Amino acid sequence: MIDRVLGTRSNGAVVNEPPHFQAPRASGVTAATLEFQHVAKTYAGAGEPAIEDLSLSVAAGEICVLVGPSGCGKTTAMRLVNRMIEMSSGDILLDGHTVRDRNTAELRREIGYAIQQVGLFPHLSVGENIATVPKLLGWPKDRIAARVNELLELIGLNPSDMAGRYPSQLSGGQRQRVGVARALAADPPLMLMDEPFGAIDPITRDRLQNEFLRLQGELRKTVVFVTHDIDEAIKMGDRIAILEKGGVLAQYATPAELLMRPASPFVADFVGADRALKRLALQRVRDVDLWRAPLAQVGESVAALSGRAREHDLPLVLLVDEVARPLRWLTAEQVAGDTVPEASGTTPFCVDADDILRDALSALLQHGVQYAPVVGPDGAVTGILSLELITQFLGGQAAGDVEEAPAAADRVLPA
Amino acid sequence: MMGLLAAVTIRTRTATCETQNGFCPDWIAKHWTDYLDPMWQHLQLVVVSVAFGFVIGFTLGVMAHRRRWLVGPITGFTGVLYTIPSIALFTLLLPITGFGFRTAVIALTSYTLLIIFRNVVTGLANVPADALEAGRGMGLTQRQRLWRVEVPLALPEIYAGLRIATTTTVGLAALAFFAGAGGLGAQLMTDINFKSNIVLAGGLCVVLAVVLDLVLLGAERLTVRWEFVGR
Repeated sequence: MIDRVLGTRSNGAVVNEPPHFQAPRASGVTAATLEFQHVAKTYAGAGEPAIEDLSLSVAAGEICVLVGPSGCGKTTAMRLVNRMIEMSSGDILLDGHTVRDRNTAELRREIGYAIQQVGLFPHLSVGENIATVPKLLGWPKDRIAARVNELLELIGLNPSDMAGRYPSQLSGGQRQRVGVARALAADPPLMLMDEPFGAIDPITRDRLQNEFLRLQGELRKTVVFVTHDIDEAIKMGDRIAILEKGGVLAQYATPAELLMRPASPFVADFVGADRALKRLALQRVRDVDLWRAPLAQVGESVAALSGRAREHDLPLVLLVDEVARPLRWLTAEQVAGDTVPEASGTTPFCVDADDILRDALSALLQHGVQYAPVVGPDGAVTGILSLELITQFLGGQAAGDVEEAPAAADRVLPA
Repeated sequence: MMGLLAAVTIRTRTATCETQNGFCPDWIAKHWTDYLDPMWQHLQLVVVSVAFGFVIGFTLGVMAHRRRWLVGPITGFTGVLYTIPSIALFTLLLPITGFGFRTAVIALTSYTLLIIFRNVVTGLANVPADALEAGRGMGLTQRQRLWRVEVPLALPEIYAGLRIATTTTVGLAALAFFAGAGGLGAQLMTDINFKSNIVLAGGLCVVLAVVLDLVLLGAERLTVRWEFVGR
């Protein structure tokens, strides 16, 4: 269980297997590797270098989040890649080739660029905005039109309705989406994103983050993502680079490793005292070995049922319909007869198997319950999630050495 | 003075209304066609002057947008031009450029420069920084950013400048007869004491200004559609 949940191998090494990228890598997908080699940047007139000596490599198809306090050089580092800022020394390799001797305009057209302020052109329609880079690259008109439609659908905007609108006619969330679509337009092998969801309300931001992760699941771009928000970094990153002042790389690791083994007091402090709780954001309910649900159907023999129910600590039995969708909890008194009765009551509160553990915990606490049925995409019960399970999950990791974590095997049944 | 007016028809007043210097609709109905040629001259003066003024002012504006230190000197220079009394400027130019259309256009053009230059510079400076940053990050060259982002976004202010320049030039062109360029001003001077003449010539100036302003407004609506969409 722990192996799968934490993405660790039996030797204890943490590998890069974040929960939101489980689809196999499709072949033929365009993604580039990126490598910083002893990159330094000192701004003219500044005494201290913005970046002293940064070396970092990003694998193709990974989201690398640059995170750190303001003034740590994270945005500078990102902007060095497409030469919005020229580095003072060192080199940056895009797919193994230096960016130094490239024509800057051509280089930038190959790299998607999305910024916090979005920067949509107010005088161009949504469609024309998205078409910017394809137009610069001289794509034929029909190909551009098809691409614009495809991208609008991809970001969940109706092409016939939205393509002709101007940016001033969009909501903040829609603008951010169009900004991302515009950055994706020419199918760049690398995306640079500077707090692309920074300027919107938390609910919309959460939705856009999820949408982007879903997109990334299909597109598998190499992404450099800048944020100052460690929670966003943990959610979005395959790997997180925590930068200290002067662009010093404090730690470069997967979110799980960062939370379990911060490399320095600076990292531990930046990640936050609640890092145990933050780990809950890394896992989805379906990744946990849930308790098996004590299911019952109307008219079933109680004798057979009680044999099953004893496998759990649960005092209640869950009544389900013929396709295992939860109907209601039954108390011991209600199943006192020979067969399971058709008792009345409200549909129980359920947790979605795709929810992240943090949200599931929050929902349990909010509903004041110790446990709740977990339902899959088809609405059928897949198991029971309890506060106890979550506590075990956290405790297992807090022990530091995942090998010694108590497995609670007596209660956890194979999924 | 009479030499300046050689091109226009000098009328004598005959009817009672006219001898009493009243406002005479009959006279206007009979003579308004005499004003069409001067009005055509007037229109040419305005359009040619504003067109030259736009080309020069826009070029200076774009130059000064890239080299900010130029804004001060150019504003100063066009400001000085703007304050020279038109009659003085015509008189100064006469020995150099001679009598006629050319002299008038040079003077009128110089009066449009300050307004057009200022509006071009302001319009370009007000282009949202995030749009420029995004444009640069997507690989638009400096020239592409200018023509595809900055100039289109500066158009509302550029149009505003053109409209002010055009309206003021319609007024100033009434003095172009001092340079021997005719126009409604010359027609006005044929009988400066006759009310019907003044109402007709002056009224046509106003009509010209309003029509040109509406033409520019229409052009703005066509080319700056994004400004006029409902939000």
